[in-house]
Order: sequence, then C-alpha cells, then structure tokens
Amino acid sequence: MSATELVRTARMKRDSGIGKQVRKVLAVVALPIVLIVTWWFSSAGSQNFFFPPLEQIVTAFQPTWFTGAIETEVLPSVWRLLGGYLVAGVIGIGLGALLGSSPVLRAFTEPALEFLRAIPPTVMIPILILFLGIGAEMRVVVIAIGALWPILLNTIEGVRAIDEVLRDTARVYRLTPMMRFSTLILRGASPQIVTGARQGLSVAIILMVISEMFAAQDGIGFTIIRFQKSYAMPEMWSGILLLGVLGIVLSLIFKLFESISLKWYFGLRQSQRGGN
Amino acid sequence: MTISDSVSVQSPDVLLQVRGLRKTYEVRNDPIEAIRRLTFDIHAGDLVCIVGPSGAGKTTLLRSLAGLLTPSGGSAKLDGEEIVEPPKGMAVVFQEYARSLFPWLTIAQNVALPLKAQGVDRATRAEKTAKALEAVGLADVAKRYPWQLSGGMQQRVALARAVAYEPRILLMDEPFAAVDAQTRADLEDLVRNLWHRLGLTVLFVTHDIDESIYLGQRVLVLSNRPTEILDDIAINLPDERDQLTTRNEPEFARLRAEVYERVQQAKAGRRPGDAA
Repeated sequence: MSATELVRTARMKRDSGIGKQVRKVLAVVALPIVLIVTWWFSSAGSQNFFFPPLEQIVTAFQPTWFTGAIETEVLPSVWRLLGGYLVAGVIGIGLGALLGSSPVLRAFTEPALEFLRAIPPTVMIPILILFLGIGAEMRVVVIAIGALWPILLNTIEGVRAIDEVLRDTARVYRLTPMMRFSTLILRGASPQIVTGARQGLSVAIILMVISEMFAAQDGIGFTIIRFQKSYAMPEMWSGILLLGVLGIVLSLIFKLFESISLKWYFGLRQSQRGGN
Repeated sequence: MTISDSVSVQSPDVLLQVRGLRKTYEVRNDPIEAIRRLTFDIHAGDLVCIVGPSGAGKTTLLRSLAGLLTPSGGSAKLDGEEIVEPPKGMAVVFQEYARSLFPWLTIAQNVALPLKAQGVDRATRAEKTAKALEAVGLADVAKRYPWQLSGGMQQRVALARAVAYEPRILLMDEPFAAVDAQTRADLEDLVRNLWHRLGLTVLFVTHDIDESIYLGQRVLVLSNRPTEILDDIAINLPDERDQLTTRNEPEFARLRAEVYERVQQAKAGRRPGDAA
C-alpha cells in the first residue's frame, strides 16, 4: 500500500491533558452542584409544609427506601418498566422493519397507525383494566403501548433510509433472508432505532409512574402517591428524587449500549466531516 | 479456467448472451425508452469494456444484466440461464464504493459476507478473505472499517470482495469514476492483473475512452438514449499493458481517435445502420 493511500490513523491523541479531563468533568457536574446547593440553602429553615428543607428530604431518603422498599416497591416498578419496554422494542423493531421494507404495507397501514398513535396511552388504562385487571399485565401493556410508537416510527424511517446501493449489494451477493434482516436492515437502521429507543425509554418511565397511580398495590409511583395522601412531604419528595436518580442510571446504561452498538456510525460521521 | 486472450478461438463458450434487451421506464404514465435493443455476447475469460456518452443508459444496462432491474423485453442469459434476479456467481463492483461497503462491518467481514451467505465454512472463508485482500494489497487493514480508508482503498475492498466470491462474471459500473487520476491508474492495472491471474470474465462499463481501450480486449460503443450498440471494436494491443508504454503506442493513439470519433457521433445522435 502506498503512502499516499494511508489515511487518518489516529486522531485520538488530542484530548489527553489532565486539565482537559478535569474541565470535562466540571462541565458535566457544575450545574447540578449549583442547583443542589441553591436548593439546600434556599430551603434551609423552610416553614412551608409542602416544601420541606432539602436536609429533611435527604434524611428521610435512607429510612424510606433502604429498609425494604427497594424490594417491595422499586424492583416491581423496574421489572414492569423493562418488561413493557422490551415488548415495545421487539414489536416496534420487528413491525418497523416489515413496514419500512414495503411501500405497499406502509400505505395500507399508515392511516390506522396515525389514528392509534394519536391516542394517549393513559386513556387506555381504564379500558385495559377491564380486560387485564389491575395486576402487573395491565401496567406492562400500558408501558409497551406508549414506548411502541417512537420505536416503531423511527424504525420505519431508518429502514426506508437504508442506502439503495447497499440494498443492491445485498441482492447481488445473494444474502440469505436472515442475513438481510440482521446485517442489512437491523444494522442499517440502527441509528434511527436507537433514537426511537431513547425516546421510548423516557415515555416508558413516565408511564411506569402513571400506571401505578391507578389501583396499584406497589411501585414507586404508588408509594409517592401514598406519601402525598398521608402528608408525608419529605418522604414524598425523596420518592421524586429517587425517580430522578433512576432516570439518570437508565440513561447512563442506554448511553453505554449506544456507544458500543453505534461505534461505526459515529466513526463514519466523523470521517465524513473530516473529509477524505 | 484458462484465458483465451485476444486470440480468437473458433467457438468460444458464450458466458453472457444478450439478445434484443429492452428497457422502458414509466415515469408518471410517461414511457421513457432507456434501452432500445442490445445484442452482444461475452465469452468466458473476456475483458470487455462498454463505453458511451453520459446519459447513455450505461447504469440501466448494467443493472438489467445484474438482475436488479427487470427488462421490458429481450433476454440476457448467463451460462444459458435467463437472468431474472441476481444470479449465482455474478459479482458487481459499483461506482459508489463508499455506499456499497457495509460501514458497520470490518474490511474482512465485508469481504467474507458473500461467502457466508453461500454457506462457506468459517475456516475457508477466512482463508479466501485473506487471499483476496492480499491480492489487492490490503492485507494489513483487514480489521479496520471502510470509513477509515481512502476512496481508492475502499474500491480495492469492493474488488477484493468480488474476487473472493470467485464469480463466473464480474460486472463493473464506472468503478473508478470517483477516485483521483493516480489511484485510478493503479486500480486499472490491478483489474488487468487480477483478470490475468485469476482468469476472470469482466464486463467493465465506463465513460472514459482511454480507460476502455487500456483495459479491454473489446470495446462496445453505445449510442445515445434510447441505447443501442453502435460499434464493437477489437483492441489489438499487446497483452502486457503498462500505463506509460501502452498509452504511448501509435496503435493506442489510433484506437483512441477511433473510439473518440464514434462516441462523438453517438453524442450527435448517430444510430446503428447510419454511416459511421
């Protein structure tokens, strides 16, 4: 290989200085720290019953959640969340791949999809209670219905956007249907699928909480409502904090998955920006 | 397979037989005649170039031969079998190299993919992939991704993928139109070299007159749209070709003038049967 053909080896060396690393970390944590400090001091000595001092909320956190509530309230919520999210993912990606590949099917189903998408999943709860009762299934289904739409619609778009030349290549080299699905369709649409999955995750978290506000026996949302009804304000606020923390943890896990599965995509985009 | 180079054999086996191929598009109920009538043969071991003015329907022709488009009439047969979908043992190198490689697969995975689709076992796949990459001079980038390579190198990968597939016929659609002149000369020599060493059969579509003469044993000149074949010119240059000496030969200059004139006439609208 000639030297002229050698291209861009590593441009990774630039972000190496310790000072740069420190600044990076600071950029991430600076605003949260400012907000927490502001909250702490502005609420200190608060006499307002509904807005207790942050100190009280933090003190209430440990006994409220770490004395068994993780198992009895938090884990059931998380399992229902993951269950509904998984169902939405499988159906959304599977159906999306199918609809994205077929203009006929798409034209056929589009009006129905538009209609169904316009229905807020929360209004389905009373109806679902009639069919599924008030157990975990109903909540899982509500979460799945809500998270389905962003995943489904983004997958359809992603599959439609797969490069024509790449499709031709797959046909010319006679990839098997299984390989076409896994190597061409799924990977080709993965940037949009991940976008849909990220939106779906936030919807799923919201619906997890809301679904627990109807006729529930356990769950984070249920517990927060219970505290609210019994005027246990610091405990109620600690539940809201817990939801925030759960959201951050899930989003970090998601980011990790994204950076692994879309490594090629970020590299490709960077090389396109850099030019050849 | 042995190469029956330039020497005209009495009854060489016809590998690709094209008879009265037609293609008419429907654009909003408005029929557009892209290909009127194409008839030609390619024999096993041939390296034939098709040259024509831009907009002569070269890509339509190639896509029809590759089984990616359904012709409106006539027939194209590979080894006596009608081409209705991409046939077994046909490899295609597209002009858009960056779009025909799978950006989420490494170079080695890209080359091995068609073999995997054929059910070739892992060990053989690895061996053939390594050999093909070696043949195009890219053994050392097997673990990289396409977007980490220059345009010329990416097109080499596409060529390696085609070669590893051990095709009965290799179709190339203006494969070097988008690389710089220096790289282009290297790639042309690589094609001649691979054709020689591996006994390939190659149909090479280009708009570049010099390229068609330098590479081919025969040059087919296409007319304007609707496309027909105007001329079938034998290239009687020595089999050993060299960028410097071959292009300086009087015969090369004569052929260039001849093909150039035919292409100019094609642009001006000459049809088959008109006086050349």
